[in-house]
Amino acid sequence: MATNGQTDHVIKVRDLVVDFQSHRVLNGVNVELNRGEVLGFVGASGAGKSTLARTIIGLLPKKSGIIEVLGVDIDKATEEQKRAIDRHWGILFQQGALFSSLTVGKNVEFPIREYLRLSPKLTTEIAIAKLEMVGLSPDVYREYPSELSGGMVKRVGLARALALDPEILFLDEPTSGLDPISAGDFDQLILTLQETLGISVFMVTHDLDSLHRVCDRIAVLGDGKILEAGTMEKMLASQHPWLVSYFHGARAHADWHVRVKG
Amino acid sequence: MAAGTLVGQAHGDVVSLSAAGSWTAEYARTLDALVEAAVHTKTAASVIAIDVAQIERIDTYGAWLIERTLRAWKTRGVDTRLVGLPERHRGLFEKVQAGTQTLSALPRRENRVIATLESVGRTMTLLGQDVVLLFQMGGAVVAAFLRVLVRPHTFRFTSMVNHLERVAWNAVPIILMITLLIGAIISQQGIFHFRTFGADIYVVDMVGVLVLRELGVVIVCIMVAGRSGSAYTAELGSMKMREEVDALRTMGFDPVEVLILPRILALIIAVPLLSFIGAMAALYGGGLVAWLYGGINPTVFISRLRDAISLQTFEVGMIKAPFMALVIGLVACVEGLQVQGSAESLGTKTTDSVVKSIFLVIVVDGLFAVFFASIGI
Repeated sequence: MATNGQTDHVIKVRDLVVDFQSHRVLNGVNVELNRGEVLGFVGASGAGKSTLARTIIGLLPKKSGIIEVLGVDIDKATEEQKRAIDRHWGILFQQGALFSSLTVGKNVEFPIREYLRLSPKLTTEIAIAKLEMVGLSPDVYREYPSELSGGMVKRVGLARALALDPEILFLDEPTSGLDPISAGDFDQLILTLQETLGISVFMVTHDLDSLHRVCDRIAVLGDGKILEAGTMEKMLASQHPWLVSYFHGARAHADWHVRVKG
Repeated sequence: MAAGTLVGQAHGDVVSLSAAGSWTAEYARTLDALVEAAVHTKTAASVIAIDVAQIERIDTYGAWLIERTLRAWKTRGVDTRLVGLPERHRGLFEKVQAGTQTLSALPRRENRVIATLESVGRTMTLLGQDVVLLFQMGGAVVAAFLRVLVRPHTFRFTSMVNHLERVAWNAVPIILMITLLIGAIISQQGIFHFRTFGADIYVVDMVGVLVLRELGVVIVCIMVAGRSGSAYTAELGSMKMREEVDALRTMGFDPVEVLILPRILALIIAVPLLSFIGAMAALYGGGLVAWLYGGINPTVFISRLRDAISLQTFEVGMIKAPFMALVIGLVACVEGLQVQGSAESLGTKTTDSVVKSIFLVIVVDGLFAVFFASIGI
């Protein structure tokens, strides 16, 4: 699976600076994603969480800084290496980003067809296997994205992101717009899949519950920089005013403190 | 790293297969062929065991291929076993084994004739509903208009002026351009064909009557439907999508009075103005071509035009304009309010709005033609 020798960091970001016109969104971000961990990203709305994710996956241009994915510097990568990287990450967009003109099955098969050229039979089988892995019935295979509920769209999006058995999974607010039960189920799903498939997960989220449940490490983005990074315990212990109001605010659950301490 | 392998050994009626190497997506194509070949090998074995202990790397692809092989043998009544499964891959195999792969059968194809008839029937009902909605909207607009007449201060004059600027003033350049070209083309074609009979001068009659009675207003209406009708549908549709229309209603305002009446009145004022400008531009274009291409002197053109057309010809054209404006406005607003939550529906409704209003403009033009013919104008 790996395109290079063993490295502890699947993603390494150094001094990343990103501008939107004249407005500086990210100003020297340093962060790394370790192999096999779930890294949760939090920050105020507009702090640049999604910008960071979109810059790493190459959708936004950066002003300066270094981004290394699977040991390859994105700026110095050859076309072939770039294609290899594309094949080794899966991205779940906030709204699912399913191709509306294709059925659910064809959506999941799309990257498989493009990259692996398998027999039609195996392609379909893998697509159905992926759909079943994310907890959907094989019958959704023939449905169109417009016929699905919000939670199902996210699941199909996840199945598509996982289609090629990637090493890195980007999740952009995976539980936003889901009811608490579906959100909880989705958290559980991410956790199970991450464990079984051994994926490293980069998750942008607003959901305190998912942070607590799914993430190994949390990074807090503010003022264009990483304010703090570490485990939930570290976050709860931090004295930074923003972190205090975020993790001890009105939406925080009292039982975390108990759980963390106990 | 090497592609995965599958090597077999037979001990009596027990066949042991040993899988090794990389059983991952990269090699799935080779592995697919490998396991297919294994499954199709004739064997009298009653027990088949696959040993996966030697596998270095495995992902969903490899796990599924092994699982598929085991399932294929199982259906043939062979006893299958998976041995040497390392702890780190257990979760993956469990996930893959849990998959049922049962896709329900495709729904039976309906009889093609019946399906066609059914779709025709559905379309007709939809068409009927469209007509009903159009009349409902017409009624609601008239009611809102009457209410505004009673209480003039409730009329959104600013809104109407704003729409007037967008549908009338901003449309002038494109309307001038198009109608000028249409006039020029009619004139050129007329001269080209009339010349054979030596009847060049009659091109003035043709251009005058055609432009003032029919084409001027119809071309302008088609432009307005494409330009402003679609904009109305898109605006109202996105307001509907974002629940702005519902918000208005809950505050006690009538969306027809606030949103639709100013738009439709703006159109009713704009289309006659644009039709007039358009007709003049078309006559100008026709005259220009008649002069440059047909050698008909402008003075001759104008005096001939004076004989050929009467004020009535002009009136017949202009009287149609407000009615067509009303049709375009009503269709655009009906479609706009039918937009559902998704962006796709906004797109389809906008397209529908343009297609339907252009169709209805031409139908209305036809009705007027019949009407004028029967009263002898």
